[in-house]
Amino acid sequence: MMVKASVAAMLAAAALAGLASPAFAQNFDDPKEFQAAKDMLAMTPEGPAGKPWEQHVGGKMVDTSQYKKPGPYRICFSNASLENPWRVVGFTNMQAQVEVLKNDIKSFTVADAQAKDDKQISDISAFVESGNCDLLIVSPTTTAALTPAVEAACKKLPVIVFDRGVLTQCPVTFINPVGGYGWGIQTANFVVDKLPKGGKVLALRISPGVDVLETRWSAANRIFKEHVINVVGAEFTGGDNAKTKQIVEDYINRFGNIDAVWMDAGATSVAALEAFEDAGKPYPIITGEDQEDFLKKWKEKSLTAIAPTYPTFQWRTPIIAAVEILKGEPVSGPNWKLPQPTITQADLDKYVNDKMPPLHYAMCGCEDLPGYPQRWGGK
Amino acid sequence: MTVVLDDSKHASPAAAFARQINFAVVVLVVLYGAVGLLQPSYLEPAGAMNFLRRAAPLAILASGQVFVLVSGGFDLSVGSLVTITVIGGSMLTANDPSKTWWAIGVLYAIGLVVGLINGAIVAYLKTPSFIATLGTLLSVNGAAMMWCGGAPRGYLPDNFRMFGRFMFHDVPVVKVFPLAVLVLAAVAALAWWGLHGTVFGRRVFAVGDNPRAARLAGVKVETVRLGAFVISALSAVTAGVMLGGFGGVSVDVGLGLELQAIAACVVGGVQLMGGRGTVVGAVAGALTLTALFTLLTLLGLPQPLKETAQGLILIAAVAFGAWRRRRVG
Repeated sequence: MMVKASVAAMLAAAALAGLASPAFAQNFDDPKEFQAAKDMLAMTPEGPAGKPWEQHVGGKMVDTSQYKKPGPYRICFSNASLENPWRVVGFTNMQAQVEVLKNDIKSFTVADAQAKDDKQISDISAFVESGNCDLLIVSPTTTAALTPAVEAACKKLPVIVFDRGVLTQCPVTFINPVGGYGWGIQTANFVVDKLPKGGKVLALRISPGVDVLETRWSAANRIFKEHVINVVGAEFTGGDNAKTKQIVEDYINRFGNIDAVWMDAGATSVAALEAFEDAGKPYPIITGEDQEDFLKKWKEKSLTAIAPTYPTFQWRTPIIAAVEILKGEPVSGPNWKLPQPTITQADLDKYVNDKMPPLHYAMCGCEDLPGYPQRWGGK
Repeated sequence: MTVVLDDSKHASPAAAFARQINFAVVVLVVLYGAVGLLQPSYLEPAGAMNFLRRAAPLAILASGQVFVLVSGGFDLSVGSLVTITVIGGSMLTANDPSKTWWAIGVLYAIGLVVGLINGAIVAYLKTPSFIATLGTLLSVNGAAMMWCGGAPRGYLPDNFRMFGRFMFHDVPVVKVFPLAVLVLAAVAALAWWGLHGTVFGRRVFAVGDNPRAARLAGVKVETVRLGAFVISALSAVTAGVMLGGFGGVSVDVGLGLELQAIAACVVGGVQLMGGRGTVVGAVAGALTLTALFTLLTLLGLPQPLKETAQGLILIAAVAFGAWRRRRVG
């Protein structure tokens, strides 16, 4: 029996490893996923109006009565990192959400893995061993490496995974927005729509190999190809302002002008725009993100722009879901897809806020949370 | 070795000057001509100004580096100083324009300290400068990462960024005139005066040419070395303020700049073992390198190929310079 079990485990591990590497890499451009995202973008989210962090797009409800226990609860959170402003804003949302539910939450313990897989694996096992967690929330550093740790945790307590995924269905629910394909679809359609005939498009990407970024590009590129758009280059910026500006300047010099800049993330969108300013060229059509610096520039200079979001309000959802699960209330799952709103010209004014710092993410859904705006660095 | 000094100082200054400068200038003209053929906008005043603006930080670094090279050393720490200047600038100002001048003062103080440390290690601990400044490179880069928590945060206020970005408009003839070009002109003039017009400058040559002879002649070799490293560090802070101004907050803005600055000097006829070089050559070398980078970009080569080509062309330029010096000198 023992031998059989261990062989089965080995086979399962091998199958998983196979899933983890090549199969996963090929899936960055999956027509089925592309279509699924397209369908989701067309759906109306279900749930309370005006609270997208409690809504879900399609999907089923899962029964959680087996996890029901008396409160207040001890919630533990294994965080991948706080290494970029997006995660900082998200984590601030999360802490404020805990405060909102303080009657139901006795303790909220956090371990920061500082972007290291091995640290997060030990963080998770420390939480599980401690016996001080009624529920574990995980935001994984990388998908494949964290899968076994999450599976081990699932055996001991209810687990919620959000943001990046893992290769197992064992968590009660996996919370994330529509995703990279959706982002690519929203942005590429905008560019196709606004671009003059024969216009030149420059695509700027952060780095290769990250699933949420790869899918943004594969979806956009699919649409660009469909519409025979002249993409003059796709370059990696490393998310660095100076490098971004240099690359854009090089392209402007080489091609005389660039009509549209497509970006897989908005952190360096202002740097890209500055290259046009310094070259004395008109602003391009541009896709950014919901960072305040970009939104302010957009409004100030009346840009032709769109700001897709990977909304930071998703950091509120795991806390709400945690309390619901421990109360035995059904939650959306096993894949809880949150809406992924886009900021357009029509609702730009709603999101531009001079009182918030330049790297604040406007789609935080944090305006009703305690401590707003100071807690997020606002005035 | 004293023969070399005699040669450059007394024999025929005009010929020596021409020999050191012409090569970089000739290459510069050829490369810039090719750039202009590919993209005619570079031949217009605005395009040329933009080119100078882009070359300014490297030219400033080279103007500082030339002191260390002529004194017989290397300063590899300048790239990391550029990085810490940009990161530190954003951390110190915290997006508050009223803190800009104070922050720039602090950054120069950091530069001064790093320059003194480099100089002290080389002069008093007798450590080869290559190793000493490689150590500072790592430490300063590490300090910059620690300071910002490993990822660029925050913003540089506009009045900090003007040194890299501001343009004077409606200037006669050239139409636009970047402030960065003005800074470059001032720094280059200052460096030129320092190296070629002062007693200190003459001592830098003497130390680089033959430290023992210089010491016997009464030159305080340690002080001169210290001075050269401080000048190089201060030029790096200046370049950092300009690069931060141009590109904004970035963690790898200084990456590889030390080698580019040294390469610029060498292309400009500065001798790597010390004792020979000019500020004009260093600046011309920096412009030549920038023209080369621009040309490779305009040709649309993919990044890895561009880097390979850059390396090969640099080696060729340096080898040619050395060959020429052997033949002529």
